[in-house]
Amino acid sequence: MPEILKDTIGPQKQFHEFLAKGEFKIQRSKVTGEYFFHPRVAFPGTGDRDLEWVEVSGNGVVHSTSCNRRLPEKGGDFNLSIIELDEGPKMMSTVVGIEPDKVEVGDKVKARIVELKGESNIIFDLIKD
Amino acid sequence: MDINKIRAKTAVVGLAETGCGLAPGWNAMELMATAVYDALDDAGLSIKEVDGLFAATAFHSMAAMSLSEYLGIRPKFADGSNIGGSSFLAHILTAAMALDAGLINVAVVAYGSNQRSAGGFKTISEAMPFEAQYDPRMPVSAYALAAKRYMYEFNASREHLAQVAIAAREWALLNPRAYMHGKGPLTTEEILSARPIVDPLGKLDCCLVTDGAAAIVMTRSDKAKDTKNTPIYLLGAAMEHHHRMISEMPNFTSTSAKDSGKRAFEMAGYKCSDMDTVQLYDAFTINTILFLEDLGFCKKGEGKDLINEIIPGGSLPVNTNGGGLSCVHPGMYGLFVTLEALRQLRNSAGDNVGDRKDGGWIENAKISLAHGNGGVLSSQVTNIWGLEETI
Repeated sequence: MPEILKDTIGPQKQFHEFLAKGEFKIQRSKVTGEYFFHPRVAFPGTGDRDLEWVEVSGNGVVHSTSCNRRLPEKGGDFNLSIIELDEGPKMMSTVVGIEPDKVEVGDKVKARIVELKGESNIIFDLIKD
Repeated sequence: MDINKIRAKTAVVGLAETGCGLAPGWNAMELMATAVYDALDDAGLSIKEVDGLFAATAFHSMAAMSLSEYLGIRPKFADGSNIGGSSFLAHILTAAMALDAGLINVAVVAYGSNQRSAGGFKTISEAMPFEAQYDPRMPVSAYALAAKRYMYEFNASREHLAQVAIAAREWALLNPRAYMHGKGPLTTEEILSARPIVDPLGKLDCCLVTDGAAAIVMTRSDKAKDTKNTPIYLLGAAMEHHHRMISEMPNFTSTSAKDSGKRAFEMAGYKCSDMDTVQLYDAFTINTILFLEDLGFCKKGEGKDLINEIIPGGSLPVNTNGGGLSCVHPGMYGLFVTLEALRQLRNSAGDNVGDRKDGGWIENAKISLAHGNGGVLSSQVTNIWGLEETI
């Protein structure tokens, strides 16, 4: 019989399935407790496969940010940022609820699950002081 | 392990470029093959002698195979690895190893593109998982994110970035081959008021979109002495990379050029202050700043203040052809970085490699550094080239 991986899914699909249930989970090493993103079959650089999915706080800080200029008829300007999660890893996302060119490095943000490109994904809202 | 085993064991004996600017009516393969034959003519060698072929483009999934078919040759060793714009500097390292090992005798490294005539920036990159859903405009969005972080960490401004574009243009004004040669100098005001693309980068912070092809011919050093031009010896070469997606870059203001540069200098037995010309892959203004710092020409955070050194007449000749910002950028610029490093040395040795206005050629240049960048500040490859007396 050829091997058929029918009862399991890969970490990318798993990530989005958790999001679809309203859970923002990322992986961490059971051994060191260290988190990483993006989701993988093993811890990058060590090959540690003893991993667990853990729900994260959704809190983060803008590590870098840009305003992508786009014609109004194509949707207009939008924000593209790198968010450093409180748990450590960085991820690409967008900060909404503010002019796309007004986001600043160091701004505190909070994750929100939305549908993007037909899948559940993470965007971030600015935390207002 | 002897890291110096391939030091100066190989040399470039021929080089050429063609269609740098606009080549409507030509396809990428035709341009690339023309550059190969021109480089072989420059070397005084025949296509029949080529037994090692190295190529990458944004038009061919298997460039080395497509090119060897087009040329009608059967390489004993070929490499079409694509690590972005730095591919060719890595091909040079592989070619040196294959030549030194005796697997091949004559290596050609080639690239071709007709992207400008074919409608604009051309990529065969797949959409990145965990990024594509946010619609990044790659590669410029990635470089904008790195630039923004750099500005934050080192109190840099768009004015600082603009100085890189100004310096590149000043060099282009001395180089009749440069695409922007006739366009006059750039001002900070022009750069800051140019159409914003992805803040903080505007149109003039971004490289040109041109057509163009290039090729070089390499042999073992003992054979190089028999060719008709001045051989340029490969003194050092090293590569490193640690990410493919910008969101995975460990430190947004520090690239693997730190490591590729360190090992290339070690192999060559030279240091930054020995470099007579420095050719850096400037796809965006932030690149030149980061690479000057990471390669060790200045401390982290100081690259933004080197305008007076890197302009023509300065103490550190950087991107002396006008760079990707003002000379040529057909999509993957690495072989053009290499060509300029080599041309400066050949001119200094007395070869006729074209005309420049006063100050465009670096007098008594003996060693050149060529640094390639690929992906989104991802793959970094450093080559150090020298005249025979530097061996």
